[in-house]
Amino acid sequence: MSHRHWQSELAGLADPAQYTAPLVIEAAQGTRLMGLLRSMLVIRHTEDQIGQLVVAGLARTPCHLGIGQEAVAVGVATQLRTTDRVFGNHRSHAHFLALGGTPTSLIAEVLGKASGTSRGMGGSMHLFGREFGFHGSVPIVGATIPIATGAALAAKLDGGDSVAVAFFGDGATEEGVFHESMNLAAVHDLPVLFVCENNLFSSHLDIELRQPSDRISRYAEAHRVRSLTVDGNDLLAVEAAANALITGIRQGAGPALLEAVTYRFRGHVGPNEDIDVGVHRRMADVSAWKRRCPIKRLSEGLLAAGIVSGDELAALEREVVAKITDAVTLARRADYPDPSALHDLVYACRP
Amino acid sequence: MNSQPPAASTETSYGEAIRAGFVHLLSSHREVFAIGQGLWSPWYVGNSMTDLDKLFGKARVIDTPVSELACTGAAVGAALCGYRPIVIHPRMDFMVLAADQIINQAAKWHHMLGGQAIAPVTIRAIINRGGEQGAQHSQALHAWFAHIPGLRVVMPSSVADARDLLVASVLCDDPVLYIDDRWLYERKAVLPAVSERPLAAEGPRVVRSGTDITLVGAGYSSWLCEQAAEILAAEGLDAEVIDVRVLNPFDPAVILASVSRTGRLCVVDGGWRNAGWAGEVIASVAEALDPRQLKSSPRRITLPNAPAPTSRMLEADYYIDAGHVAAAARTMLAARETAS
Ligand SMILES: Cc1ncc(C[n+]2csc(CCOP(=O)(O)OP(=O)(O)O)c2C)c(N)n1
Ligand SMILES: [Mg+2]
Repeated sequence: MSHRHWQSELAGLADPAQYTAPLVIEAAQGTRLMGLLRSMLVIRHTEDQIGQLVVAGLARTPCHLGIGQEAVAVGVATQLRTTDRVFGNHRSHAHFLALGGTPTSLIAEVLGKASGTSRGMGGSMHLFGREFGFHGSVPIVGATIPIATGAALAAKLDGGDSVAVAFFGDGATEEGVFHESMNLAAVHDLPVLFVCENNLFSSHLDIELRQPSDRISRYAEAHRVRSLTVDGNDLLAVEAAANALITGIRQGAGPALLEAVTYRFRGHVGPNEDIDVGVHRRMADVSAWKRRCPIKRLSEGLLAAGIVSGDELAALEREVVAKITDAVTLARRADYPDPSALHDLVYACRP
Repeated sequence: MNSQPPAASTETSYGEAIRAGFVHLLSSHREVFAIGQGLWSPWYVGNSMTDLDKLFGKARVIDTPVSELACTGAAVGAALCGYRPIVIHPRMDFMVLAADQIINQAAKWHHMLGGQAIAPVTIRAIINRGGEQGAQHSQALHAWFAHIPGLRVVMPSSVADARDLLVASVLCDDPVLYIDDRWLYERKAVLPAVSERPLAAEGPRVVRSGTDITLVGAGYSSWLCEQAAEILAAEGLDAEVIDVRVLNPFDPAVILASVSRTGRLCVVDGGWRNAGWAGEVIASVAEALDPRQLKSSPRRITLPNAPAPTSRMLEADYYIDAGHVAAAARTMLAARETAS
């Protein structure tokens, strides 16, 4: 099926049978990593409940779930400050929550409520949270890559050490603007981190049918942008790579690309697994990737290091689920936006 | 191959009719191929292209990377070299990324190279809105593109046109933007046998005759006009409906003839109001007709000048339905009662 020029360069990183072992955890990191595990659980269960709201017909706006990809958002977020400028894409629930957005404001937005993070004007695909550095997500593929580049230009003009971050997928690297932005950032030394969540798919199409290689970081090499390719389901690997690249960017080393190889457990849009939809998406792959689950590997690592007990983990998960169930209740009770918002928000300046 | 009409009296949907157009073109014209995102997916473009890759092979029904600009440009290039490609943009909003190849290239080459180069490319854009999809997944940008000389713009509304305007677009030697609308996909009718007609001879058509008021629409809004005419008929009001079909080049003759009889014009447009397509229709009538022939001021029903919202409550206010059209027509006709 794949074309003649195809060559997998990711090797084990793209193979779900590898990288399945529990993470190796130092005792000193225990408390901090329990916090990050909690953050990943909040994302997982918020998205799971959003999926249930879709099934129940209560959420109608298209919802692209990143279940299975939580480690990327959480790992990068640990390296960011609220003064940094982060941009997302159509699959940005995790980015929003990892940076500090609340489940209630996300769920309310998904339900189109005025208490939502974009005041009910955006839905799942248009999120915002500037207080914690999230400057917006939009579903036009590739659109926030140049925008983050511009935010980096602004940061450079500001003269501080803030960075800009664009989260996008492997599909977005097929848009010309990705390459234009990397080149622009490189020649102007802009403080931007391009984070590619390479989940090996763009909607129904396997990367094999779209590109001659599955390794996105080769583009960074072509543009002479520093890059690292890591297991995106390993929180510690993502964190270490983000740390190395962002530290360099803050010190003036110019742009960088972080490629995190991962996989989405659900379909392109909506809560189903959608194994019938992808040209190369098989139940066997989905099941194998679930064994490489980023939450499972972190939890097992914490257990193995004796930082937490099985009972404590179960209690944590129950606590998170209860919190998100409450968030859903609150969001469902909230009001819809006032109809005047339709006209009042078209322009920032009013006569 | 599959281009025979279905047995008499079985109805075909608009989505299936588009597919029938592809089947006809791919079976009878070797120089036709289709390229765009989602062509190997069972769900991406509704039921309008199902299994064409299996019928005609993946070499002629090509699914692509997420590269709207390159794919559109590649279709233009192949068209300049003797092919008749159809490039599919599953959502018109995404086609904006391909604007250079459509506006600066395809639309211009014939004219600026002295008539020596032809680019018989068909660009199929799908309007797909509602369902809380929001500002970047809802746009109907037909007016924008109808502004461009050299680019023919067609919007099928009827089931037969869904197929036949596609066939005519592809066989036309000019670049054509063919715009279909997901809200029409379940529209059903008996599909006559396929016919290949020159696109240059196609234009606005009276789809329902009446004497009291002229309702004009394009694509989905034309169907709304037909539904509104039904509502009005039940009240004893007799509306004429014109389906514009071809937005560029625009020939207002059929509309002028109708309005000179009815004296009332209401244009229904699924796009925005400012600098929009409805304004063009009204201007064409206003400048050609003696003002004394108008019994009331022409009227346009459009989207409000705001991006599409997501929240269902705002969406309900945003989009036009047949009831809005009927209400506007009623108001215009009520002026008649008070005047006489
Ligand atoms: C310009 C544009 N083209 C096409 C689409 C349709 N689309 C939405 S998401 C998507 C897949 C993008 O894949 P990737 O960037 O890998 O992100 P993922 O969905 O895998 O997270 C596509 C093709 C779009 N939204 N915008
Ligand atoms: Mg992807």
